[in-house]
Amino acid sequence: MRKKLYRLDRAGLSSLFDVLKQEGYLVYGPTLCDHAIQWLPLSSLDDLPAGWTTSTAPATYRLLRDSAGSLFHYWTGPDSLKKVLHPARACITHAERDNGSFRIWNETPQPVKRAFFGTRACDLAAVTALDRVLLQDRFEDDIYKANRAAAFFVAVHCTSSAPTCFCASTGTGPQARSCFDIALHERSPQEYLAEPGSASGSAALEKLAAPLAPPEWAKELAESCTHAAAAQQRRIDLNTAPVVISLNFDHPRWDHVAKRCLSCGNCTSVCPTCFCVNFEDHTSLDLQQAERLRLWDSCFSQNFTYIHGGSIRLSPKSRYRHWLSHKLARWQEQFGTSGCVGCGRCIAWCPAGIDITEEIAALQTTTHAAAMTGVSNHGN
Amino acid sequence: MSSKNAKPRVAVFKFASCDGCQLSLIDAEDQLLAISGAIDIAYFPEASRRMAKGPYDIALIEGSITTHHDADVIQQVRRQSKTLISIGACATAGGIQALRNWKDVSEYVRLVYAKPDFISTLKMSTPIAEHVPVDMELRGCPINKEQLVEVISATLAGRKPNLPTYSVCIECKRRSNVCLMVACGTACLGPVTQAGCGGLCPSMGRGCYGCFGPMESSNAPGLAERFRILGVPQADIERSFRTFNAWAWQFRKVSEEVHPQ
Ligand code: SF4
Ligand code: SF4
Ligand code: SF4
Repeated sequence: MRKKLYRLDRAGLSSLFDVLKQEGYLVYGPTLCDHAIQWLPLSSLDDLPAGWTTSTAPATYRLLRDSAGSLFHYWTGPDSLKKVLHPARACITHAERDNGSFRIWNETPQPVKRAFFGTRACDLAAVTALDRVLLQDRFEDDIYKANRAAAFFVAVHCTSSAPTCFCASTGTGPQARSCFDIALHERSPQEYLAEPGSASGSAALEKLAAPLAPPEWAKELAESCTHAAAAQQRRIDLNTAPVVISLNFDHPRWDHVAKRCLSCGNCTSVCPTCFCVNFEDHTSLDLQQAERLRLWDSCFSQNFTYIHGGSIRLSPKSRYRHWLSHKLARWQEQFGTSGCVGCGRCIAWCPAGIDITEEIAALQTTTHAAAMTGVSNHGN
Repeated sequence: MSSKNAKPRVAVFKFASCDGCQLSLIDAEDQLLAISGAIDIAYFPEASRRMAKGPYDIALIEGSITTHHDADVIQQVRRQSKTLISIGACATAGGIQALRNWKDVSEYVRLVYAKPDFISTLKMSTPIAEHVPVDMELRGCPINKEQLVEVISATLAGRKPNLPTYSVCIECKRRSNVCLMVACGTACLGPVTQAGCGGLCPSMGRGCYGCFGPMESSNAPGLAERFRILGVPQADIERSFRTFNAWAWQFRKVSEEVHPQ
């Protein structure tokens, strides 16, 4: 059975927002805050950055005016859904002395119904990747599980891309294909195509009593997305990346990147799929109470590999190499998916302007060159 | 601790410094009652008239060593203290007064004092660790009172304190701050500075000033290069590394490398 596609005008879009509110969702969306478009709770769709766009390049992100007045003419920003679904800081366990005895209890995650209005294809792919790691592995993450179960995604297809985007090559965008409850295509600031992706998405759209969209709109959307994909300036070949990385453990490029890399951990923090955490135990001064905190960690920190006797990855070079290898190769072995969804955040938000696509390409080119040199040198 | 049930005896000593770090202890008002209940403050001239003799379980040392007298006293303090903790940029890196290390201090003395002959000072301002073994360092100008309370409570509980050595960026990102370097082109020392302040300045829209000194694997030359690309004049790059932690070797070295000839 073909899915029903709806046509929403600007008022229809607001009604969708109202329906979500009525159903008890706290609606998050992109909104202007501190020089960037960030994910924050919206009080109405008027909080969307209408008439704003962004410009990104390595180590650069700027807000610009957009004359068309679009609601969704910008791409990924400094934060992602990770900050809500897999929070940077959480208290997980408490302990308390109790009249000579001892009490210990875990924090029970309180599920909050949240709708994310304006998620991009790459962000949904990142959620799918986090699902694989935090829900479908040997252990389930309680906090993520609770947040994820109560999440509703209103996707927005990308019909153009930022210079830092490379989702076409990672197969994760620019058109949202799965994991959404509703997907929107902004044809103009006044006209939207809405497609349900789940039963609850269908139900929400039904309530709007919106007219059906002309069938050719779906085709037009697919064409626009194909066009956006073809216009992307960056790419990564995920098929060859694991081999290229394993062949180049001692490549001089790692020294080259280590000179520029600041080991600051911004890349892992902004990456929507980097999930690593660390734990800290804290005790009160009167020694009556203790709590265990869970905090975002980064493989760029020295303590990340601390075991008895010291850290394993002491040099920044080994840390960058680990990060790139995990993102582009080891994830595939470990989780059967790529750790990179092509969102380009790590490129824009690296203060040193290190570009993951450029780094892997540098390894790749010289791998080929070396292979060819091997051939031409034959008989020398 | 001296005996099983006795409260640990704590002493606070000061060398060349502004007192700001010691004040953090007094400033921890809400926790102060708990602190004074948990420890025995044996020597803390800034806060109490009581000046009990050593030995001490914990000595908190503020300030850098700038005189012959200081250099002697710190030896005595070390002999009397079980655990010696340097607190603040002066004690851990030599402080802002270490700027004298690049100059001839006798010239300053002649300029400042009416009777320079009365002044006896060392050529350099140096951190405590250059004089005696130090058990722990609390960075910052000033230190973060939460970190101080953390060190005290960890010591009481017999656990290792949580003192991160990674970059300020990690704290900034956990707070969901938007990176000022990337979004505004502001020079920020966060990527090479040790966490501990919670990303204070970037949260207020200012680039990090590097109060907590170099982080664990600080790539200061890499950041200086980025500053240059952002259009920061060479003299300002040098100056940005020559503040409270100027004499910490990573910052010292990069400031000397970018120093205009
Ligand atoms: S790659 Fe960039 S963001 Fe990541 S640690 Fe290195 S300098 Fe920081
Ligand atoms: S590695 Fe970079 S481009 Fe890939 S998903 Fe993470 S932040 Fe996005
Ligand atoms: S990476 Fe793809 S899906 Fe993500 S914002 Fe860019 S174009 Fe859209």
